Amino acid sequence: MTIEPHGANDLPEHKPRRADVDPRAAKRAERQVGFMFLASGLASAAFIVAYIATPIDDTIPLPGFGTTNASNLFLGISMGLALFLIGAAAIHWAKKLMPDVEIIQERSAESSPDDERGALLDEYRRGVDESTVKRRPFILGSMVAALGLAGLPAIVLLRDLGPLPGTVLRETMWEPGMHILIAETQQKIRPEDMEVGTLVSAVPEGIELVMEEEGNLNALAKAAVMLIRMDPNEIVADQTPEGQEPWTYQGIMCYSKICTHVGCPLGLYEQLTHHMLCPCHQSTFDLADAGNVIFGPAARSLPQLAITVDEDGYLVAREGFAEPVGPSFWERG
Amino acid sequence: MSTSKVEQAGGAGYRWVDDRLPAAKYLKKQLGKVFPDHWSFMLGEIALYSFIILLLSGTFLSLWFKPSMLEVVYDGSYLPLNGVKMSEAFASTLDISFDIRGGLLMRQIHHWAALFFVAAISVHLLRVFFTGAFRKPRETNWIIGVGLLTLALLEGFAGYSLPDDLLSGTGLRIAQGIMLSLPVVGTYMSFFVFGGEFPGTDFIPRLYTVHVLLVPGIILALITVHLMLVWFQKHTQFPGMGRTERNVVGYPLFPVYTAKAGGFFFVVFGVTAFMGGLFQINPIWLYGPYIPDQITAGAQPDWYIGWLEGALRLMPNIEIVLFGQWNLSLNVLFPAVILPGIIFTLMALYPFIEQWATGDKSSHHLLDRPRNAPTRTALGAMGLSFYLLLWTQGGNDLIASTFDVNVFVITWFMRFAIFIVPPLVFVITKRICFGLQRRDRDKLLHGYESGVIKRLPSGKYYEQHQPIGDEERAVILARHEAPQPLPIPAKHDANGIKQKGYAIKLLQAKLSHFFYDERLPIPTAAEIEEANHHEAEITADRDHEIDDARTKAFAPHE
Amino acid sequence: MTFLLARRRSPWATALLLLLALVAVGGIYAAASGSTQAEATAPTASTTMIEEGRELFLEGCSSCHGLNADGGYQSDGTVAGPSLIGVGAASVDFQVSTGRMPLAAPGAQAKAKPPIFNEEETAALAAYIGSLAPGPEIPSPDLYDTTGISPEELALGGQLFRANCASCHGASGKGGALTDGKYAPTLANAVPRNIYQAMLIGPQNMPNFPDTTLRPEDKRAIIGYIEAIRESPNNGGVDAGRLGPVTEGIVLWLLGLGALISVAIWIGVKAK
Repeated sequence: MTIEPHGANDLPEHKPRRADVDPRAAKRAERQVGFMFLASGLASAAFIVAYIATPIDDTIPLPGFGTTNASNLFLGISMGLALFLIGAAAIHWAKKLMPDVEIIQERSAESSPDDERGALLDEYRRGVDESTVKRRPFILGSMVAALGLAGLPAIVLLRDLGPLPGTVLRETMWEPGMHILIAETQQKIRPEDMEVGTLVSAVPEGIELVMEEEGNLNALAKAAVMLIRMDPNEIVADQTPEGQEPWTYQGIMCYSKICTHVGCPLGLYEQLTHHMLCPCHQSTFDLADAGNVIFGPAARSLPQLAITVDEDGYLVAREGFAEPVGPSFWERG
Repeated sequence: MSTSKVEQAGGAGYRWVDDRLPAAKYLKKQLGKVFPDHWSFMLGEIALYSFIILLLSGTFLSLWFKPSMLEVVYDGSYLPLNGVKMSEAFASTLDISFDIRGGLLMRQIHHWAALFFVAAISVHLLRVFFTGAFRKPRETNWIIGVGLLTLALLEGFAGYSLPDDLLSGTGLRIAQGIMLSLPVVGTYMSFFVFGGEFPGTDFIPRLYTVHVLLVPGIILALITVHLMLVWFQKHTQFPGMGRTERNVVGYPLFPVYTAKAGGFFFVVFGVTAFMGGLFQINPIWLYGPYIPDQITAGAQPDWYIGWLEGALRLMPNIEIVLFGQWNLSLNVLFPAVILPGIIFTLMALYPFIEQWATGDKSSHHLLDRPRNAPTRTALGAMGLSFYLLLWTQGGNDLIASTFDVNVFVITWFMRFAIFIVPPLVFVITKRICFGLQRRDRDKLLHGYESGVIKRLPSGKYYEQHQPIGDEERAVILARHEAPQPLPIPAKHDANGIKQKGYAIKLLQAKLSHFFYDERLPIPTAAEIEEANHHEAEITADRDHEIDDARTKAFAPHE
Repeated sequence: MTFLLARRRSPWATALLLLLALVAVGGIYAAASGSTQAEATAPTASTTMIEEGRELFLEGCSSCHGLNADGGYQSDGTVAGPSLIGVGAASVDFQVSTGRMPLAAPGAQAKAKPPIFNEEETAALAAYIGSLAPGPEIPSPDLYDTTGISPEELALGGQLFRANCASCHGASGKGGALTDGKYAPTLANAVPRNIYQAMLIGPQNMPNFPDTTLRPEDKRAIIGYIEAIRESPNNGGVDAGRLGPVTEGIVLWLLGLGALISVAIWIGVKAK
């Protein structure tokens, strides 16, 4: 048998299936298909029974995998069976009982014949001519301009999606003298409450009120800080500018909790190495060394908050953050 | 035999339609339309069916889900969160999971189907790429496919973000951080999208509209066009006996494909339902509500965003301040915006790039075997290895804690591997392709090794070769001769004048060399004939030798 | 915790068990069985115990921590073991009863393993170190016993857990990676006493949460929450380790897509 350059030849010889030659095999396949359809029906019924009969909070052991919710399990399995069996039956039917002789169908021509293309082009030219657009360019020009401008209102309409940024990204709630409270429990903290190695997630005093007034969590997304205390001898540097009173108080440092990369909250603090890791992209900051980045994609140090104590001995902010917290933005500088 | 009830009913229904919309001639042709059969042609179907499952399960969820960021105090059935303040979105997701029968199942089906949707699109895309199914006349459909993949990623991420649990909120925070990194417009964009600062209260309702209306609408429209194009251009087919560029070999739409494809829809739905019942996904009650100062270790996106997460983790910390006032955060911008931009653009334009480089303007309906397009296959494998490295890097913390490896070491390894591994993969894949081509050639010329070892009377052993079967011959021969690469253009013409468009022509010629420098010719019919003849002669000689010896050995002694 | 654990056995349980045994073949994750570490009662330090502890210390710990527990140095001057003066009995009990000490091999951090010293020996060691200088005492059982914890406390515990613990140990307490090969261990098998001690003393690289910043009732609530989620059913089914989207992705590709592609291949193969 010779073979045409690119493979075309008669189809391979068709081998009859068992069901094609043996009526018993065909009957068997028919029964299998029918049985699957019936079983699917049963599974659908089982779904309804499970829906009604299984209390929603019932649990059931999953051998080797703890316990799970009985309702979810029964509904999932019965629904899965009901659907899967319909599919399996149909496929089995097609494979065993429907014809499996391959058919050759010619592809239709891909492109139109040249005369038809030409005719279309002529028709198009006729339309262009009749529209007089060629003779009256003013119409075309003004129409294009009008269509272009008609899109603008749609964009302008979106203007009120949000306020302009202004300077709010540079500001946080922190103000001089504001108490530093433990997040969640809202307690004030004294320096002596913290041991070397203590980590406290903290927020500015009054943040609950602000968030309630504003009706959102925006304040927290910027003002969240963490307090850590370390042995003063182990502090290499902090962010106190030259000539200012130290921002660190008795080995207690307060840093922004918002990563300078893309803004995930931090909190993975290693008290021996003083490393602070961001779980999102593994930026690592050395809190004993002015919050500098020692690994990962963050480019800027964690902003430090200057702290001191008030007359009652509670930790307070000495001033607001000296730089914007959180991820960089174009106008940040 | 009288007409059955099925036929009667079908006939009546059809007459009703045709009285109003005469379509008999057209439909008759369509019912008998032939589709080729191959398992890899079902991958796109998985994506289509997952999308239908998503529409069905999503509609169910929307009956209870409240896309609102208003704060409520939860008092539903899940006790460990009772009395906790959270958004209505999160609370209603808890209600769906704990207080509505079948709600958790539907949530899990919806989530699994979403993962299936993107996974099926991805493997479908790989199949189309590696078999060259994107070539003329199917370039448009390829672009639509790339668009669908992009939209699927967007849609999936939107869905992941809606329940407002700790993971989805963290994902949104990252998305907002990426927005902020955009030069000039970033801050404004973030404020418009979020209705002010992050997180605000506008975003989830807005995202909900995008997730249930805008993006699915576009996806649906694109899928329709995608399928119509498949329909009218007819499906491609793998080479084999009887299959040419001009025909389609397979089974008719009705009844065989109606049963197979329709059945497969139920199979996909059934498997998704099984997974919804048996495998827990996104247990938001364990993550808790989103609060902007909380975070969980192992914060991860769904699998299809993993490569972007990996790119962000891989990137060194380069941030430039321009003129002391403009912040260009390349550490975010490059991995999260520029890189995916480049990748998706290259992917969408690939059919045109290949066409331009190879000068191949003809239509193709027979698929390439990957080995027969070594450069393309190697490029694809290279891209895949690049993707897989980023993907792995996206889970580096989990790899570190599960296998007790240093996470910094993994990152450093990846920072080098991303430049070293893909080129290696390119070279190795290309070599493997040519190796396979050579083996095909050998098979054509010398047959396959039958495994029958014979010993000649002289004591020499040899393995008998058998000619390959017709089907295999047809498959191996169905390939185009790789063309000569374009000649490198001269910079100056005969008169010493610099040629117009020299640089572009040079690039094209270089690309052409990149694709076709190395070629393995297909044996000609004469060569095959000759080799077969030669092979047959050797076999005959040897057989003769053996027979001779045998005759001698068993001949009665004189 | 009883209200959470009210796993009423359904009559279908046995039938389902058989079915699942079939389905679960080749399952990807076998839940590690919980350790059955016995709860040690807080010891009252007697002089004999202290003396006994000193003997054990000299034998098992002094090579690194020094003969007087004031720290030991290697020949090159690096610290072999830190000073234990003032670390308190709680610290010793945590490190020794979880098997972290004595150290098996140097590494990024001491790993938990089956304890080397038995309960009495651990108590003696703790008594000895506790006697050297004042430090955190072994907490009494009523501090970490969460029997009868109220839903309000449980919810508070959850909030505190997510605020203070989840960042390292993960929202479902499965642990996570830290910098340079260190890690936050899983809480799957941690006993309440050890969890309490860990918060109090901040072992190794873990920061500490003294009673002044995290009140004893807060600590108890956190322990209650950890126990609650640990024992809570996986409502959705097999949990793939509660490790989140990464393992879910693996389940999808290996099981889900694997199953669908198998069916696709079945469709494509000619019937016999």
